[in-house]
Amino acid sequence: MKRETIRRKAKSRFLAALGMTVVVRPALLSLAISASFALNINAQVTSQRLLESAKEPQNWLMYSGDYAGHRFSALEQINTTNAASLVPRWAYQTMGGGKFETTPLVVDGILYATGQDDRAFALDARSGRPIWQYQRALPSDIRPCCGRVNRGLAIYGDKVFLGTLDSHVIALDAKTGNVVWDVTAFDYRQGYSITLAPLVIKNLVMIGVSGGEYGIRGFIDAYDAATGERKWRFYTVPGPGEPGHESWEGDSWKIGGAPAWITGSYDPVTNTTFWTTGNPSPSNRGEGRSGDNLYSNSLLALEPDTGKLKWFFQFTKHDEHDYDATQVPVMVDQGDQHLILQANRNGFFYVIDRASGKLISANPYAKVTWSDSKDASGAPVARKDASPTLEGNRVCPGAAGATNWMSPTYDPQTQLFYVTAREQCDIFSTAPQPYEAGHAYYGSAYFPNDDAAPFWGALRAIEPVTGRTKWEWKHPSPTWSGVLSTAGGLVFTGDAEGNFIALDAASGQALWHFQCGASVYSSPMSFAVDGRQFIAVAAGSALFTFALP
Amino acid sequence: MLLAFIAAMVAARAQDKNPFTGDAMAAKLGESQFRANCAFCHGLGARGGGRGPDLTRVQKRHGNSDADIFRTINEGVPGTAMPPNGATQQGVGMTEQEIWQVISYIRSVQAKAPAQPVGNAAHGKELFYGTSGCSSCHMIQGKGGRLGPDLSTTGSARSTDYLVESMRNPSRRLAQGISEAMKEFSQEYETVTVVTAVGTKLMGVVLNEDHFTLQMMDTRENLHLFEKEKLRSYEKSRESLMPVYDQKTLSDKELQDIIAYLLEVGVQ
Repeated sequence: MKRETIRRKAKSRFLAALGMTVVVRPALLSLAISASFALNINAQVTSQRLLESAKEPQNWLMYSGDYAGHRFSALEQINTTNAASLVPRWAYQTMGGGKFETTPLVVDGILYATGQDDRAFALDARSGRPIWQYQRALPSDIRPCCGRVNRGLAIYGDKVFLGTLDSHVIALDAKTGNVVWDVTAFDYRQGYSITLAPLVIKNLVMIGVSGGEYGIRGFIDAYDAATGERKWRFYTVPGPGEPGHESWEGDSWKIGGAPAWITGSYDPVTNTTFWTTGNPSPSNRGEGRSGDNLYSNSLLALEPDTGKLKWFFQFTKHDEHDYDATQVPVMVDQGDQHLILQANRNGFFYVIDRASGKLISANPYAKVTWSDSKDASGAPVARKDASPTLEGNRVCPGAAGATNWMSPTYDPQTQLFYVTAREQCDIFSTAPQPYEAGHAYYGSAYFPNDDAAPFWGALRAIEPVTGRTKWEWKHPSPTWSGVLSTAGGLVFTGDAEGNFIALDAASGQALWHFQCGASVYSSPMSFAVDGRQFIAVAAGSALFTFALP
Repeated sequence: MLLAFIAAMVAARAQDKNPFTGDAMAAKLGESQFRANCAFCHGLGARGGGRGPDLTRVQKRHGNSDADIFRTINEGVPGTAMPPNGATQQGVGMTEQEIWQVISYIRSVQAKAPAQPVGNAAHGKELFYGTSGCSSCHMIQGKGGRLGPDLSTTGSARSTDYLVESMRNPSRRLAQGISEAMKEFSQEYETVTVVTAVGTKLMGVVLNEDHFTLQMMDTRENLHLFEKEKLRSYEKSRESLMPVYDQKTLSDKELQDIIAYLLEVGVQ
C-alpha cells in the first residue's frame, strides 16, 4: 500500500513536470516569432562571436564595442534626421555613491554592467528590470586612488568577468551572477586594485592593474576563462636581466608604477594585443628614478597566448607630470597602412605603425607647454624647465591631462577620430616622501593655476593623417565623458554639467541633449532589442537609455 | 563584558589624542601628505587659498582639538567643499596614521596664540551695513543683499590675504567656491549681460549655467532662467560687478575693521 502511494505521487509529479513544459513551450514559441533574438538568449558567447562582433551590431560584446577599440555602433535607426526626437526609455539606479564609470555589455537582449564599489548586474535590456545583482564584499581598508570605480565587464562562454578594487579577478555566471571562480591578482594592501573592464582573447581573460599612486610594480595578466588559472603575467617594469631594466636608477624599478588601467585592443590578423601603461612612481618627482623608466606611459604590443613583448612605444619618457598613456589604443587601417591612433594625456595625437611600433606623427590636439621640441623620430621631448619644483611650476596640460581614461571613438564613415579634450593647466609641485608599502606615493602635489580664464573642454574631431582638428564642440568646463559614434551619422558625449548630447558627426552641430542631473563620468554605447536601437550612458548613480519614441 | 567595555573606552581615547604629538619626523611626513592631499585648497604652508581656510590660525571653525581635526579630515564637512578623506578626485585616501601626521604638521605651522584682530570689529560692522555699502550685495547671518556671496563664514573660511585682495581687486579672482571635484555647481559670480528675445537688457551674476541654459540674478535680485539659444545676445565677463575698494573709498584702517568684523562673525 505504502509503496503504491509513493509510486503514484512520483508519477503525478512527473506528469506535472510534463504539464509544465507543455504550458511553457507555446510561450517560448511566440517569443521566438515576435523577437528573433529570443532564439539566441541562451547562446554562448564564443571567441568567434567576439572576433566577428561587427556581424551583430545589436549587441555590444566588449568594453570598446570591438577589438579595434573604435567604440562605433553600426546601428543607424537613430540618425541625424530623427535624433532630435530621442526620449528616455528606462533608467537603472545602482544606489551607489561616487563616480559611475561603466560601459555596459549587451548580449541577445541582456545588459551586463558594473557599478560603484564593485557592483555587477544583469538587466532585461528592453525594460531595465534586473535579472541578477552582485556586489563584492570589499575589505574596509582598500584605498583605490581615484574613486571606488569600475568600468565594466568582459563576457565569454556563459560567464562575465570582473576585476575588483581589492585586486581580485572574478568570474560570474552570466545567468545567475553566482561566483564561478575568484582569484587574487595581487595583495591589495600594497596599493594594487583593478578598475578596468577585462578583455577576453580566445579563452584568456586579460586584466591590468591600477595603483600608480602607490608605488606598485605594474603588470598585465591573462587567466584561463574556464578555471581562473593564471597563464602569464607581463610586468610593465622589467626586472633584473630583462631588457629595459637599465632605464631605472638603482632599486627604483621595484616601486616603478606603470599601471595598466585601461582595456587594450586586439589585432587578430597578427595575433597582437595592444595595452597601454600609466605613470612611473612617484608620479611627479623624477629624482631617484633617472632614466626613461620603461615601460611607463607606453604602448605595448603583446603576444596574447604567452604575454611576450613584440615591441613598445613610450609616449612620455621619464614622466614628471602624471601623463599616463592609459587611453584605449585605436586600430585603424588606411590603405595598406595599419595604424594605432592615440590622443595621449600629454596633449599629443600620435599615429603609430601597428606592425613595427614606429612613430609616424605626433601633433598637439590641446594646449601643450611641457614639450617644445621633437627628437629625430618626431617624438615630443620634454623641456628641461618643465619639471615640478618645490615652489610650483605651471605646465599644460594639467595633472588630469589633455584627455584621460574616457574613450575616444573612430567613425569609419567620416574617418574622423573624436576625443574629449581638457584645456586645463596646473601648477606642479614636489612633495618628497619615503616609500611605504600600501601608502600613497605621489612625491608631488598640484594646484589650480591662477589664470584669469577658467578651465574648459571640448569634443574634438581629428583628421588622423594631419592631426588637425576639423571641428570642436566647446564644453563650459572640462568633462570626463567618453564618446560614441554611430552609423546614423552621430556622435554622443556627455559633459560635467550633466548633459548627454547627440552631435552631427560631420559638422559638430548639436541635435539633441538630455539633462542627466549629474556629471557624466563614463563612455556611452549602443545596442538594439526587438529592432529598436538604444543609446546607453551612466551618470550619477543611474544608467540611462534612450530611443526613438 | 566589562573588560570589552574598558577596551572600547581605551580605543576611543586613543582616537582622541594624536599619537605623534611633538614628533618632528611625523610633522615632516605630514607635510608631504598635506602637499599631496590638502594644499590644493588650503595652500602651501597651510596658509589658506582661494578655496580653503588658513589652517595656521589657532581657532578652527570645525573644532580645535586633535579629535576635532581628525574628524574634519576623515569625515569632511557636509555642505562645504571639504570632502571626506579619500573622496576627493585628486587625493588618495590617507590611513589613520597619515591623518595624525597631517595633524602634527598643522600643529607645527600653527600660530602660537590666537591672532589679535588689528581692526575694530564694531566699526567694521557699521561700515559693512553703512557707508561702505557691502550689505547692499552681501548677506551676513540673514541680513543684507543677495547679489554677491553670503559672507557669514568667509572670515574663517578664507585667508586674510584673500579677503584683502577680494576688496582691493575683486576681479583679480572671482569667488572661488568649489573645487573641480564638485564642478557640477561652482558659483563664481561671473558678470553676465543678456538681451532677451523681446529686447530687454539685463545685467547680473551667473548662478549656474551649462551649454544650453543660464540661471542668473539681475542687479535688482530678480532670478531669470533662460535657454541660451532663445536670447538675442549673451555676454559673460570676468570683470566683477563688485566695485574696486581702493584707498580713497576704503582706507587701510577701515579695511582692517571690516576684516575684523568678518573674522568675528566667521567663528560664531
